[in-house]
Amino acid sequence: MSPFSGLTLGIVVTYLSLIVALPLAALVWQSTKSGDTGFWQSLTSPEAVAALKLTLLASLAVALVNAIAGTVIAWVLIRDEFPGKGVVNALIDLPFALPTIVAGLTMLALYGPRSPVGIDVAYTRTAIVLALLFVTLPFVVRTVQPVLQELDRELEEAAESLGASDWQTFSRVVFPNLLPGILSGVALAFAKAVGEFGSVVIITGNIPFKTEVSSVYIFGQIQSGNTSGAAAASVVLLAISFGVLLLIGAFRRWATRHHA
Amino acid sequence: MRRLTLRTVALGYLALILLGPLSVVFWRAFEKGFGPAWNAVTTPEALHAFQLTLVIAAIAVPANTIFGVLCALLIVRHPFPGKGLLNALVDLPLALSPVVVGFALFLLYGRTGWFGSWLSGHGIQVLFALPSMILATAFVSIPFVVREVVPVLREIGTDQEQAAETLGASQWQTFRRVTFPAIRWAVAYGVVLTTARSLGEYGAVSVVSGRLAGQTETATLYVSDRYENFDIVGAYAASVVLALMAIVVLLTMNLLRPKEGVH
Repeated sequence: MSPFSGLTLGIVVTYLSLIVALPLAALVWQSTKSGDTGFWQSLTSPEAVAALKLTLLASLAVALVNAIAGTVIAWVLIRDEFPGKGVVNALIDLPFALPTIVAGLTMLALYGPRSPVGIDVAYTRTAIVLALLFVTLPFVVRTVQPVLQELDRELEEAAESLGASDWQTFSRVVFPNLLPGILSGVALAFAKAVGEFGSVVIITGNIPFKTEVSSVYIFGQIQSGNTSGAAAASVVLLAISFGVLLLIGAFRRWATRHHA
Repeated sequence: MRRLTLRTVALGYLALILLGPLSVVFWRAFEKGFGPAWNAVTTPEALHAFQLTLVIAAIAVPANTIFGVLCALLIVRHPFPGKGLLNALVDLPLALSPVVVGFALFLLYGRTGWFGSWLSGHGIQVLFALPSMILATAFVSIPFVVREVVPVLREIGTDQEQAAETLGASQWQTFRRVTFPAIRWAVAYGVVLTTARSLGEYGAVSVVSGRLAGQTETATLYVSDRYENFDIVGAYAASVVLALMAIVVLLTMNLLRPKEGVH
């Protein structure tokens, strides 16, 4: 290793430790401080369990909707032509660029108490799903788009000339190629949904056992000084995040094998 | 026919989830005219909040950019043991709840934290002050430059770099004259993403900042503070300013995107 790369390694490791690794280590250490029973008690408190269940179910629903809507949107953006397509394509990234707290207010403006169209879902579980759909919009679209772009149209034409129906062509030819991309996008959307805070905190009303998701539960525990409760729930979310990242890594390797 | 159905489904979904809600925000902000909205975003508190957001971004973004380029060089050009762990830690903020990020910093720098007691003994305030807000913002926006630069570095290969070194260029010269020009668009795109993420950060800073109006309140915290105080025009007006910033980011992304892959 040359002096240049030695220095680079030093800087990178120090910065990453200071910004990411040390805080996470402090979190894991805190969760072990209350001992096995204390940790387990915090973890299985009825409110924490209800929040986690709701978080996982809502995120799963959002991931599924994204799998379908994201694929359709990607297909329309690549294969269809219509005026204003460029603008639509650019808008897909808006939920990424827009602060999540603004996203929450945005959903509340149309689907809240003063809704101009008369739909009020504020403080319900539907509102959580809507807010999560907003913030997770870009993921599947942006992972499927490049794959669809590079997909050889001749394969589809061959399938059609051999008498395959549109649906057969899609399910047998197009879909298997898109699947790794869809799954990576869905996994990212799921992880984002599980950890989401800003967009749901206003619209949910944070009613324990009803509309309180895990991140909001953790926030509440920090505010009320229950550090061990917050730490236990945080470690669960941390483990889920690591798990999803491992899955995405596996999907990526699968995708590269698929292309080779 | 089928094409038209799919187009309708896609555009209808986007209208319901994205465009509809967003246009109502603009409408609500200017419901009582332009004057009240303008007054709401030019109060001393609002101006301080926007200024604080910009100050935090002005520190976190350059730090993450330098880190991102060095980290990408390391991952692609100088594999070392522990690369897998490094990769995982860099990606983690993409998948981790910002509240957990804020809480982790809270534990590290709090009164009883590993660093907290030493720092407070030396009169250095990290938690509930600017330093912790910068640390939180740097944490959540760390992945973007790395993720944009790594694939480009892989693609350009090492032929030109080796040629430069053979011709007697120092490592710094090689980087400045050969490597950097090839990755600069990827760096620029990564910087735009990092900036967007920094300006919008809410969950992590709301844990570590203490949310003192006029002191540790960023633009996003200001929006939620106005909303919680039933100042709807104020909340929506500040949201519109943030939305306009997001649109500028979006336009920049679109200007830079076609240059990806052109080297």
